[in-house]
Order: sequence, then structure tokens, then C-alpha cells
Amino acid sequence: MALTREQMAQRVARELKDGYYVNLGIGIPTLVANYVPEGIDVMLQSENGLLGMGAFPTEDELDADMINAGKQTVTARKGASIFSSAESFAMIRGGHVDLTVLGAFEVDANGNIASWMIPGKLIKGMGGAMDLVAGADNIIVTMTHASKDGESKLLKHCSLPLTGCGCIRKVLTDLAYLEIDNGHFILRERAPGVSIDEIVSKTAGPLIVPDDVIEMTF
Amino acid sequence: MSGLDKRVGSYAEALAGLTDNMTVLAGGFGLCGIPENLIAEIRRLGVRGLTVVSNNCGVDGFGLGVLLEDRQIRKMIASYVGENALFERQLLNGELEVELTPQGTLAEKLRAGGAGIPAFFTATGYGTPVAEGKEAREFNGRHYILEPAITGDFAIVKGWKADHFGNVIYRHTAQNFNPLVATAGRITVVEVEEIVEPGELDPAHIHTPGIYVDRIIQGSFEKRIEKRTLRA
Repeated sequence: MALTREQMAQRVARELKDGYYVNLGIGIPTLVANYVPEGIDVMLQSENGLLGMGAFPTEDELDADMINAGKQTVTARKGASIFSSAESFAMIRGGHVDLTVLGAFEVDANGNIASWMIPGKLIKGMGGAMDLVAGADNIIVTMTHASKDGESKLLKHCSLPLTGCGCIRKVLTDLAYLEIDNGHFILRERAPGVSIDEIVSKTAGPLIVPDDVIEMTF
Repeated sequence: MSGLDKRVGSYAEALAGLTDNMTVLAGGFGLCGIPENLIAEIRRLGVRGLTVVSNNCGVDGFGLGVLLEDRQIRKMIASYVGENALFERQLLNGELEVELTPQGTLAEKLRAGGAGIPAFFTATGYGTPVAEGKEAREFNGRHYILEPAITGDFAIVKGWKADHFGNVIYRHTAQNFNPLVATAGRITVVEVEEIVEPGELDPAHIHTPGIYVDRIIQGSFEKRIEKRTLRA
């Protein structure tokens, strides 16, 4: 079975280490915050200028001056700090964020990512995505392996305008966890009950299948 | 009145000198920390042909979105403009020009503009449509593009508290782009929730020192919430 959104978030959360500063994008990445492993403390960065994002507020805590990068009302946890957008992107661009998790439309075997623009459709803007992919060393992309029409999103070359080039080395899809190295995807883990054949058939870019592909457990 | 007293008595006075075709830098992220009364005053003034630099362009009927209603904005420089149907229509009609800029690059362009740095190299956007027409250079094996700084004729800023000298502090994440645009305006106007007596703000806790600020006005704010999200 393909992973649910919650299982994808759970799998990404296993990459968290104690003491990490983490930026979570909108969608599945946001759910990762619900699965921080026991005994691990991480600080969530929100690029509008908050390090130490907490839970959503109660009615009493609701404050128009406290939002996250998705413009949702939030709270600050104990030990949080708040700063300007320039300071926030200095952290991001300067490589100080330990892990960045974000979604994409396409990723290719050279580590390119396309996530912000579909020509012919209205273009809303890249927000902070280009800064995040250019600045982070450790990025996990979360997306479905193929589109609803069955088109692979793991390509030899991205077909859409790029968000960043040569910057992605880890991809978690609903079918598999893959790494990118030297012009290839490398299959590391498969979703429970999903066959290697299915993953191969839905991966358009060059794919290496090692002997020791792990089946994920939840 | 001391020459260092930046207080003005009315919103008309706060934006005196703003004319057609000027560049206006506006603080705020989404609807959080936007100078909502100064924006409303720009609408009242009816100035046109503006270039507006702001992370977003408000929503229909609130924030910078109100300046679209009488077509006062000619060009928008922003990182994300997805919340606004009127914006979309004017963009598709060709009535409005937009220059999409990565959020961190936008913040740094303003910071650089205020700090006297004409341009800077960043890896953000290299190899993407953002890099088109820009100088690229390699440093230590990585590729970077040259991004010019931004300055404006007016900067409009929303603060929490300010003293007579224009020393400003911001509240929570309403800080965002405000201290950056404050440095990059030829005339910087700050509206705040409360003007306090000099000495009340701790000098070590000032976010925007008064040297950047030309005019201060106290206003009252709706502070509309864009995405009200509560704990389940």
C-alpha cells in the first residue's frame, strides 16, 4: 500500500535528531511536527521570522501578530526567538538550519527541483522556497511518486521551471525513500507491500535498485 | 519642538510629498504587521503609477489589495501574490507588472539598500528563471547570481511602540519585513499602536533606531487575521 500523508510525515520524522533546527514547508511537511520521536527536542523555524514555533493557539491565545510562514495563527514555544525576515533568511541561506522538508512537483536525477511554477497556469510566486533549497545542506522532498494520471515525478530532467539546481539528495514519496547521487536515484526503502517493480515502473529517471532495499514498517 | 521629534499630527502629514510614479516599500507578511492606515491614506490620496515593494499584495479589499481597486499600482515586487483575485485579473490584463523575487532575496535587497550596499551575490535562484539576465559568478566552487539592492522614495512601516525620536519596537511576528523597509526609504513613515515617552523603551531592545525614521504617527488597527487556525 502507498503511504498515507500521515505515514509520510512519520517516516520523515525518523530523520530528526535531538537538537535539530528544522524548517517544515506547507502540506505534508507541516505534519512532521506531530511525529517528533520521544526524547528528542527540535526547534521549528518559520521563515517569516520565528524560531521555536509552537502549537496552534487556543481561542484565548489567538493573536493576529503571531503567525507562521503559511499565515496561520500559531504560538511560540518556550525558548523561541523572533526576528526580521533578513535575519530569518540569513539563518537559511547561511546553512544554519539542520533539516528542511518541502514539497515539489518534480525532482530529477541531478538533484534539480521544480516546485513553484506551472507555465500556462497563474504564477503565484516562489515565496521562500528558492532560498530554502539553495541554503540548506540537508533537504527532504516529500511528494507523491506519480501524478494522478500516473506520470512519474522522478525524472531524468525536470520539465518545469526550476526552484533550485543540484540541491536535492533525499526524496520521500508515497511509494519509496530514495537518495540522489551522481545522476541517479537510488532506492533505499519501499512502502509496506509496494513492490520494487511498481517503483521501477513509476520512476522515469535513472534508478539504481540495490540488493538491500528495506521495507518500511510503521 | 525638537528637531529630533518625529511625531506628525495627521495621516495626510505623514505621507506629505508622496506623488505619482514613486516607489513605496511596505512592511508586513501576509496581513500581519501591515501599515494598514498608511495604505488607506495612499488610497485616499489617489496617487497612481506606484511601484510597490512588499512580500505580498494584501487580499481583496484589505491591505495593499485596496490600492488595486483604483489601479494605483503599476508594478509590484513581491515573493508571493496568490491571495488576491483582483491582482490576478489586472496581471492577466497587462494592467499590472509583477517582479517575483525570492523571499530571502527580497529581504536582503531591502537590507542592502538601507545599508549602502548596491548589490550582493546569492546562490538563491541560480539556474532558475530568477537568474535570467543576471551576472553569475563562482565562489569556492558554488554558483551565485548578482542581485541589486532596493531603495524607495517612501517606506511605510507598522510598529508596536515608538518614542518621539522614532525608536521603534515591533510585536511578535509582526516584525517581519518592517525593520528592513524602515532602513531603505528616502522618507520612512512609521505608524504604531502607541507613542511612548522617550526613556520608556529600553535602548537595548530597540528594533529600529530613530536615525532611520522621519515621521511617526499613532493609529488604531483592525489587524485582520488571514488564516485563523486554532488547536483541535
